[in-house]
Amino acid sequence: MTNAPALLEEQAAASPSGPLLVVDELRTTIHTPRGDLRAVDGVSLTLDRGEMLGIVGESGSGKSVLGRTIMGLHTTGPTTTIQGRVAFDGLDIQQLEPARLRELWGDRIGMVFQDPMTALNPVKKIGVHLTETLRKHRGLSRAEARDRALELLAQVGIPDPRRRIGQFPHEMSGGMRQRVVIAMALANEPDLLIADEPTTALDVTVQRQILDLLDRLQDELGMAVILISHNLGVVAGRADRVAVMYAGRVVETAEAASLFRAPHHPYAEALLDAIPRLELPPHLRLDAIDGAPPNMLRPPPGCRFAPRCRYAQDDCVATMPTLAATPGVPDHRFACFHPVHLDAPEPAAPTADTAGGR
Amino acid sequence: MALRTVLKRLGELVLVLLIVSFGTFMLISLMPGDPAVSILGEGHSPAEYAAVRADLGLNDPLFERYLHWLGEALSGNLGTSIVPPYVDVADRIMGALPVSVELAVLGMGMALLFSLPLAMISAHRAGGRLDRLISAGTFGVLSVPSFLAGLLIIMVFANQLGWFPRAEWSRLSEGLGQNLYHAFLPALTIALAETAMFTRVLRNDLIGTLNEDFILAAKAKGMGTMHILFSDALRPSSFSLVTLMGISLGRLIGSTIIVEYLFALPGMGSLIIGAADNGDFVMVQGAVLVIAVIYVVVNALIDISYGYLDPRIRRAHV
Repeated sequence: MTNAPALLEEQAAASPSGPLLVVDELRTTIHTPRGDLRAVDGVSLTLDRGEMLGIVGESGSGKSVLGRTIMGLHTTGPTTTIQGRVAFDGLDIQQLEPARLRELWGDRIGMVFQDPMTALNPVKKIGVHLTETLRKHRGLSRAEARDRALELLAQVGIPDPRRRIGQFPHEMSGGMRQRVVIAMALANEPDLLIADEPTTALDVTVQRQILDLLDRLQDELGMAVILISHNLGVVAGRADRVAVMYAGRVVETAEAASLFRAPHHPYAEALLDAIPRLELPPHLRLDAIDGAPPNMLRPPPGCRFAPRCRYAQDDCVATMPTLAATPGVPDHRFACFHPVHLDAPEPAAPTADTAGGR
Repeated sequence: MALRTVLKRLGELVLVLLIVSFGTFMLISLMPGDPAVSILGEGHSPAEYAAVRADLGLNDPLFERYLHWLGEALSGNLGTSIVPPYVDVADRIMGALPVSVELAVLGMGMALLFSLPLAMISAHRAGGRLDRLISAGTFGVLSVPSFLAGLLIIMVFANQLGWFPRAEWSRLSEGLGQNLYHAFLPALTIALAETAMFTRVLRNDLIGTLNEDFILAAKAKGMGTMHILFSDALRPSSFSLVTLMGISLGRLIGSTIIVEYLFALPGMGSLIIGAADNGDFVMVQGAVLVIAVIYVVVNALIDISYGYLDPRIRRAHV
């Protein structure tokens, strides 16, 4: 434990000062009996050390597959084809040997799963869930691992860790279990945490606690986080940057403040309108998005949102728009021929106001 | 609380055993043939016949006879064989039972040893080439009757290769090495069919478990394939296997007659068939009772083991 932080600093100093994660034109195609499903269809992203990126989109937009492909849990094989590149700290994830990947997983990249009811092994005690990863990656002894596990449980806000460590998952509430799942992912203080819908399966009151916990731990540990959610509201006020996904593609990406102030893609606008707000009058119908995402076995040729878009015109159906920068705001990119809110006031560049926007 | 549930369990067990013993007792009363005739043979006088019946207690009310029989059985006396050479039933069973138990346990142990890796290889890449090969193999083995499998095994290992003896039995008292050496081929014959069944059942459950989120979570922690298969997947997948093992063990102890015959083993199967042939109803009764008791006790233990397999059950009803 004593030289671990020093070791991390050394690694950070040794590696190039570039972004922690670079995703370049990533495509994940899943071969199903009914045809090829293009779950991720040309996504490019970068993530800096210590940064939080929110990936938002409705169910089936490819967010989870993207997260798992970034991690290397999906690899090219009989059922899956992956094109493009994922570089994590200079390592080409898709080219790594399985044994090298297993060294990264749980050590430098952690993952938090959606449903804490199913993400913990029902026949293993809480303590074992934590100690097995500590012992594998850090070579800790039984006693050392137990001490560290107690520390972790306290860190994620579980009261009475000494009692909890000997319990089975079914003896805990959903919120407590999700804290355990988070502790498991954080056990070895990873550089990157991928949180895949970490609050979707939880009570509304517990959701907030879990998100605040992730927020606090990110600050404490200085790790980069990819927060995947179908709810822009979950990401608001927490993520530094947001990428909006639709049908396997990123349709808009920007500094969080910039996106929330002026979403340019009609889909991002619609997602924003779908967040319930306290200041809205009671019993108001929320603006839901009509229709359903396209069939990804046979996606339409033009803009994939066009069939549901109220601004769609002929050119939207004919050709696919690509990501382009907003005039004057190079960091705010969107893929739309007929963007909205372009006249909205935008700060010329990310200022102290947007950077510290939470 | 724990003590109360254990007591409740024991109470249930005793009740089941009473029903089983009564069933055994009744079964024999319903068997065709008259025990008194079996003893006397042809050409007896009515007076002799009446004397023997009275001697056997066959004129007493049914329930009274049952209680008497049960009391004797509980004190270890299962009666005396009613045909020559009039041996003590309990002694005879104690001679045959270890052979059958050893065969069943060895056979099941071998089957487990074979089926665990086979099922894991199958489930790990379900639908792959190895999985299909193993599936076809288990189907093949299941469709071979055990007398044929036994004959083939004797032909190859005893006659051709000469590695093992055939048709001899060496008691445990003659040394463990000798005993295992002689028990190997019959146990292997038993293990074949059991392996096929165990593999199929465990493979299916493993495939289900390997699709669970907690397996993906273990993978995402960097745990290796072996660790995931043995430490994460096996226990939650072993319910059907353990249930099947309980049933198999009970079944094997009483019904390995074909294997016993092939290898000339003095086990329970040959004992029962021989006794039934001779009309030795006391012997059949005693043997059936012993097997039934073992069956019930083993399955009660299996029930208790569910609590170990899945801690969620521990509080619910064990």
